[in-house]
Amino acid sequence: MPAATPLKRDQSAAGSSPADAILVVDRVTKRFDTPDGALTAVDNVSLTVAPGEFLAVIGPSGCGKSTLFNVIGGLLDNYEGQISVAGETVSGPHRSIGMVFQEESTFPWRTVLDNVAFPLEIAGMAKSERYTKARHFVELVGLDGFERRYPAELSGGMRQRVSMARTLASEPKILLMDEPFAALDEQTRLLLGDKVLQIQQELQQTTLLITHNITEAVQLSDRILVMTYRPGKVKRIVDIDLPRPRSSEIVSSEAFGRYVAQIWNDLREEASRGMRDDESRTRHAGEKQA
Amino acid sequence: MTSAVRTLRRSVPVALGLATLIVAIALLELLIRIGWVNRFIVPLPSQILASFERVVVEEGIPERFLLTLREAFSAFVLLTVFGVGIGVLLHRVRILRLATETWVAAFASAPTVLMYPLFLVIFGRSANTIIMMGFVAGLAPVILKTVEGLAGTRRVLINVGKSFKLTPWQLYWKILFPAALPSIFVGIKLGMIFALINIVGVEFLINFGGLGQLINELAERYDLAGTYAAICFVILVSVLFFILTERLERWLRPAN
Repeated sequence: MPAATPLKRDQSAAGSSPADAILVVDRVTKRFDTPDGALTAVDNVSLTVAPGEFLAVIGPSGCGKSTLFNVIGGLLDNYEGQISVAGETVSGPHRSIGMVFQEESTFPWRTVLDNVAFPLEIAGMAKSERYTKARHFVELVGLDGFERRYPAELSGGMRQRVSMARTLASEPKILLMDEPFAALDEQTRLLLGDKVLQIQQELQQTTLLITHNITEAVQLSDRILVMTYRPGKVKRIVDIDLPRPRSSEIVSSEAFGRYVAQIWNDLREEASRGMRDDESRTRHAGEKQA
Repeated sequence: MTSAVRTLRRSVPVALGLATLIVAIALLELLIRIGWVNRFIVPLPSQILASFERVVVEEGIPERFLLTLREAFSAFVLLTVFGVGIGVLLHRVRILRLATETWVAAFASAPTVLMYPLFLVIFGRSANTIIMMGFVAGLAPVILKTVEGLAGTRRVLINVGKSFKLTPWQLYWKILFPAALPSIFVGIKLGMIFALINIVGVEFLINFGGLGQLINELAERYDLAGTYAAICFVILVSVLFFILTERLERWLRPAN
């Protein structure tokens, strides 16, 4: 098993060299104005993702993972640093980056097929062509036979697969996912992980996954970037040297267990810090009220 | 589940609703006949039923019914176009919304029917006065529910739209508007209730045109059975509009 790469305090770049990277996040810092002053959510984070790579960003709650997701996806502005896709600096939402959100995000008024065809409709594709293409992606996520159903008729896991198919239908260069299975039970999460792996391999889809779930991160990724608790910085990058193609069966392997233990070791300190911080803030708020 | 069982399951609530209505009418008939309800105030349901033919033939119900229906439909179109339009405007222009929302809410509970003399001066003793009275009475709920529906669109759906680089127009048309439709239709249904009350009420007050005028005339003649029969036609107008809005909503948003 290869050793994890500990980073020095000022070293926060992660991954392949920017020249062959498809996504480069360069020294990104994002601050929010709060009543208690400016809060740094993401602090000088740099990372690169190579074409076809699966990178997971993991960290405890409050480490700025979702902020990073929104910055890369172009939903947040006024940040320091730079983001480029295939050598082109981007700001704001970009067609090269497809986002899958943590919350349920299917359109309840559209059928599965119409949900998946949505980005193609926006791109102005003819109806028959977009339905043919949408059917392909519905099939890819294993929902063939449910094309005419509405999201309300599907389970949570199926709805997330619809969201993923919709994003994949726009054929993004980078698939950006923010804890897409966070609301699902563990078994469904593992099985959907298999589906994600299969799709990622089939499409050679460059993927950046934001998660707080260690098992999920190790199961899916080529590399894992561990973030510190507030402000979110890059703590360590771990190369996951597990054979591909993988499936959820890998969770029972010894190597898998070692990676999980190693990442938990890194995360425990950060998660404990987050917990202490939460407790102190709650106590402080209580004292203020009293 | 077989289609026969499904049909049966669907028809049971309808049958139960009808049976309840019939039992209530029969009970009322009984209470009047045994003298527990004064028959000089509430006519026998059987008398009302018997008077239907007379009212339809002698009092020109079809023409009056169609006139009230036309007035209500005109008010419905105006309510939908202006109510939803103003709602969209208030949602888009935040300062306008903050400045006027309280006033619009206050307007919703104002007894606008009392403004009929003013409308008579402006529009004359015509169907236009009645339509405008209906429109004004139903406007506030349509505006408020439109704003509520648009503002209540889940953030994540808007973010999905942004991530696909939708133009502001596409974001409105493809996401905000369909997401707000259930709330908008609640507003339209509420608005139509107020509009119909005002339409029939003003017809009654200014003694003009449709079913409201007929109710006025029949009440003046103390034809109680006829009055209640005419009221049944007002209820029919209301039911027709309810069905129309339901169909329209289902057509625009089939998932409901």
